[in-house]
Amino acid sequence: QDSTWVSQLSERLPVHYRVSFPCFGPGLISHLNDLSLLSQDENGVVLSLGADSQWLIVSAKPFRLDIMEGREVLLSLNSRGLLTAKEDGMWEETFKSHTDNKPNGPSSISLDFSLPGVEHVYGIPEHADSLKLKTTDGGDPYRLFNLDVFQYELFNPMALYGAIPVMLSHSAQRTMGIFWLNAAETWVDISSNTAGKTVFGQMLDYVQGSSETPQTDVRWISESGIIDVFIMLGPTPTDVFSQYASLTGTQAFPPLSALAYHQCRWNYNDQEDVAAVDQGFDEHDIPYDFIWLDIEHTDGKRYFTWDPHKFPQPKDMLQGLMDKRRKMVTIVDPHIKVDSSYKIHNEIRSKGFYVKNKDGGDYEGWCWPGNSGYPDFTNPEMRAWWASMFAYDQYEGSMENMYTWNDMNEPSVFNGPEVTMHKDALHGNWENRDLHNLYGLYVQMATAEGLIERSGGVERPFVLTRAFFAGSQRYGAVWTGDNTAEWEHLKISIPMCLSLGLVGVSFCGADVGGFFKSPSTELLVRWYQTGAYQPFFRAHAHLDTPRREPWLFGPENTALIREAVRQRYALLPYWYQLFYHAHHSGQPVMRPLWVEYPQDTATFSMDDQFLLGRDLLVHPVTEEGGRGVTAYLPGKGEVWFDVHTFQKHNGAQNLYIPVTISSIPVFQRGGSIIPRKARVRRSSSCMEHDPYTLFVALSPKRFAQGELYIDDGHTFNFDKQKQFIHRRLSFANKALSSRNLAPGSQFITPSWIEKIVILGASKPSKATLKTPDGKENLLEFEFDASMSVLTLRKPGVNAGVDWTVVLQ
Amino acid sequence: MSCALLLLLMSLALAMGTGAAVEIQRPRGVPLSSELENKPFTCLDGSSTIPFDRVNDDYCDCRDGSDEPGTAACPNGSFHCTNAGFRPAFIPSSRINDGICDCCDTTDEYNSGATCQNTCREMGRKERESLQIMAEITKEGFLLKQQLIHEAKRGQEDKQGKLTELQGSKKGLEEKVEALRTVKETAEDPEKEAKERHLKAWEEQKELLRMEKDKTRMAECVTVGDIQRYFRLQSHLELDPDSDGSLSETETQGLLGGADKVDTSTFETVWSGIKDKYLSEGQSEPPAPVETPQEESRDFVSDHDSDHYPEDYAGEEEEDVEDDEEDDHDEEEEEEKVPPTVQTPEKREDDEVSMPPYDTETQSLIDAAQKARDDFDEAERALREVDDQMKNLEKEIGFDFGPSAEFAYLYSQCYELSTSEYIYRLCPFNRVSQKPKFGGSETNLGLWGQWAGPEGNLYSVMKYDHGQGCWQGPNRSTTVKLTCGKETVVTSTSEPSRCEYLMEFTTPAVCQEPASLDEVLHGHTEL
Repeated sequence: QDSTWVSQLSERLPVHYRVSFPCFGPGLISHLNDLSLLSQDENGVVLSLGADSQWLIVSAKPFRLDIMEGREVLLSLNSRGLLTAKEDGMWEETFKSHTDNKPNGPSSISLDFSLPGVEHVYGIPEHADSLKLKTTDGGDPYRLFNLDVFQYELFNPMALYGAIPVMLSHSAQRTMGIFWLNAAETWVDISSNTAGKTVFGQMLDYVQGSSETPQTDVRWISESGIIDVFIMLGPTPTDVFSQYASLTGTQAFPPLSALAYHQCRWNYNDQEDVAAVDQGFDEHDIPYDFIWLDIEHTDGKRYFTWDPHKFPQPKDMLQGLMDKRRKMVTIVDPHIKVDSSYKIHNEIRSKGFYVKNKDGGDYEGWCWPGNSGYPDFTNPEMRAWWASMFAYDQYEGSMENMYTWNDMNEPSVFNGPEVTMHKDALHGNWENRDLHNLYGLYVQMATAEGLIERSGGVERPFVLTRAFFAGSQRYGAVWTGDNTAEWEHLKISIPMCLSLGLVGVSFCGADVGGFFKSPSTELLVRWYQTGAYQPFFRAHAHLDTPRREPWLFGPENTALIREAVRQRYALLPYWYQLFYHAHHSGQPVMRPLWVEYPQDTATFSMDDQFLLGRDLLVHPVTEEGGRGVTAYLPGKGEVWFDVHTFQKHNGAQNLYIPVTISSIPVFQRGGSIIPRKARVRRSSSCMEHDPYTLFVALSPKRFAQGELYIDDGHTFNFDKQKQFIHRRLSFANKALSSRNLAPGSQFITPSWIEKIVILGASKPSKATLKTPDGKENLLEFEFDASMSVLTLRKPGVNAGVDWTVVLQ
Repeated sequence: MSCALLLLLMSLALAMGTGAAVEIQRPRGVPLSSELENKPFTCLDGSSTIPFDRVNDDYCDCRDGSDEPGTAACPNGSFHCTNAGFRPAFIPSSRINDGICDCCDTTDEYNSGATCQNTCREMGRKERESLQIMAEITKEGFLLKQQLIHEAKRGQEDKQGKLTELQGSKKGLEEKVEALRTVKETAEDPEKEAKERHLKAWEEQKELLRMEKDKTRMAECVTVGDIQRYFRLQSHLELDPDSDGSLSETETQGLLGGADKVDTSTFETVWSGIKDKYLSEGQSEPPAPVETPQEESRDFVSDHDSDHYPEDYAGEEEEDVEDDEEDDHDEEEEEEKVPPTVQTPEKREDDEVSMPPYDTETQSLIDAAQKARDDFDEAERALREVDDQMKNLEKEIGFDFGPSAEFAYLYSQCYELSTSEYIYRLCPFNRVSQKPKFGGSETNLGLWGQWAGPEGNLYSVMKYDHGQGCWQGPNRSTTVKLTCGKETVVTSTSEPSRCEYLMEFTTPAVCQEPASLDEVLHGHTEL
């Protein structure tokens, strides 16, 4: 928090008022108090940035800012002099018959940043591209402009559904971040002095000692707004995450069930279809928590309504799911059918809540329902009204186990320029041009608020969005939009979610199976296996594709999918704990390897494998006909355990792993403890009170540490009433103990410790469980000498109390 | 044995879970319970042996899950619900104490706090009722089916009989056709000769006329007047250089290269210059009223061979005639059968006299041949009709109408179901279609493919495929599920996947021989 710098440049005499967002980063300005003037002359000042011998040098002519640490330049602003703020020139564009006459004229702004010593930059999602951003020399810059893209292309800097103008830079020395707070159409150019060089050239430089310092230069350009930049100085990745979290907030803590498996399709046809699919999961003994209804469930694409023929009794349907402790998501899109017999439309129109066109009339465009209006979600009154529509007595047929999906919120306008809203459409006084990328965030914000309100502020919401902006993590989950059932799309799901995680959005997933087209059985199985280890785990399919519920591909494939989904459910305690941390401190759930191994340059470009938290490394099989994968196990002197076989492997090596169609290569870090629930049931709610199995993976020094987080799984009581259990599990000196990490909290769980599996152990002569009441019990155990696995049988102690197991 | 043991173990679980006294039956092959408690338990797969107090102690010791049939501890266990009053069942042990009532006797939720009602009696009653109804339907349906089989058999016999009958008449017809063919050919020979004679005489006369003209013409030069006359050039305005609407003498001279007369060899080059523009008047003239040999119809303007005078052209044509006559022999025969379509001849000066009509003798030969042809055609038509009938019959007889042809009665029938939007139409062994109720054209949802039921029950499902293609999707197809019913009705349709339709259809033809009702009921409720 102390190492974040905001740079807000104001023009002396602005021709018009530029948009800025006072809602972001409250209290930031106070940081400026820490600045102290070190020296000054007619061309600039030198300011101390407080700790760490960091300075800021401000030069007036030519204008530039340099942030130094000691004698090193960390980052320079405007060193290339690309700072611009245009106020004159041409200002008229036409789209079809529409003329955008830009009442404020051209208003673009631009600024460049130089990052000495940096060869790797990341972030600025959403793009279907590699984790490490490419240089854009000679090509298009990365574009940030929320668009409904039909069948998007891979490895392309084109704009997609969401935009988060945050870039991270990383080198073995330091991680930093640049947050360009601007919601207008934005372009990012990246160039590097090493990018063009061959390995030989770089080697030559090294041998001859003539190498210039590697440097990455970045230029940001936005169509309008002010230059409002936050620099996150790190120095570690963890620091950057918390610095960024202090600006835009952390990941919303989802209900536990939202981390389980979601079954979606455009569309489940009617109530009978929903019942049959639900029944299918039971018949094939595959767990699932949510079944989703896409747009066809509504009465003529009027959101908040039900098709009277297909879904005549929604409450019966929802009750049927509730009886199985399962849930539903219905879609609510932000385009509203213009229809005077539609209550939602009439109210929005009468309250003047629609986005206006430049002539002051309601803006209208084409979307699923035909002619549609677009509520002005940037208006707080509109958002409050929208939220109130989720009340049980407003949204008829809704129940507490029904949650919401916001699609098409870029917004999608079928007959608009680039399938989105005209830039001169008006949100109050602001043009869409100025805040386009924020629209989707506000839709999700208002919807999440509605779900909270309907429960009287008790229940955590779950809302999925397609469009997003910086800060969207506070309102729910995102997915990577309308992907395609192709192997390359399976692969790209990893860097796409990793990129989002780096800039705050941990709750990310891709449509399992691929949205467009029909996956081969092998691809579908591999996608389930990959999706089971990504944060948001939902299968989805286009209307025109054949059905693909997990049991439609023969018993063998059903078994493979069942196993992948079960692995997800068994690991839910760990997922939940990771999300608790993401919520608490802004640390990403799904991480690139370099985040945990920041000095290991081999990891800097890796995006075919990833970490979940610190302790699980996943290298999914994403090759058609794959016979093996080569996983990089990081960490010199560390060890990793195959979670399926318990085989131990050394760190800092490329490990070839032969695979079959049932393999999902996952490794647990030596030195970690991971809680699981081995009793997989038909939904996560059914597993609530089940006992835990602890997997203790010992480091070479016979040490391990982990956590256990438990709460009610769905309310805000963990926050408001401190009703949770958070325990430190540690293994040291041949003793495994559980200690309270949150003394101020309280929560009663019936769950107990069923089994403890210690990997990399030696055989003890006896194992004693000590509980706080002073009792000591001998535990039975099994020891597998071939794999050095010690299994302690049934400690039986409650998961919420202190205990110690001593091995002798 | 394993079943019995599981039952025992479950009873134990109940005893432990609820504290209620449960009478423990002595299962076959397992010692008495008093002894059991002191004796170790061996997992059913023999993988290990554990003390008896570890059975159902909520910890999974056996790899096969056999030590925890009454708890959810083993991932692969199963739990037995007695369900007294209804039917017993096994459920996965993961459903024990999960808060959801799975067993109607509530035994799966003994420790979850879920309040389950024992619904076995009610469910048993309902099931008995519905089984009774089903049994009655099956009984009646099966009787109907017998009737259908009987009818199908009779129908099949009828068809077979009809087929044999047709085979007989076919033979007669074939003979008749052959006989008439001979008559026809016999009549056609003299006809052909007479016609050829007539034609030859006419050709010779034409040749004579032509030669006379050529002689006169060869002696002269081609003059401007000739050109104008011969080609009636004034009316050929496409040759008119100044486009004033007439081809003057000077302009014609221009066509002849400035001279007012040229010799024939010079004209050759001139001709090749203008002939591309020259449009034959003959093209626009009405067809000649007489039967004209086909070859004469050729228009010299369309001839690509430009190396000939118009005079020579006729000669060249005659050579072509020979070739064409050979090439087009079949065509000519064809033409003789049907009234000749008269081709438009290039009307030349030579042809101003048309071919004279046939003499009476020839005409009567032609008439006789025509009658023979008509008779022959008539006989052939009759034969074709019989053939078609036979083919249809054979096709119908060849259809797989089920083991006893019980589905034969569906052939050439159609059944409709009206929904809120569409009328669905199933024509068994033919096609399935959908028509919007309020206007719009019919959509083909699939043509008869094959029986597609599972092994052992092939005739329970019909598959119709290769229907109308879907936008960006597959061709429409329909699966028809057949269930036993007294009536033949389409009971429902749905589209579970885009362009893949599912139709439910009841028919007595799938009704199985009913077991006696007592048997049915007992088989389901007995423990």
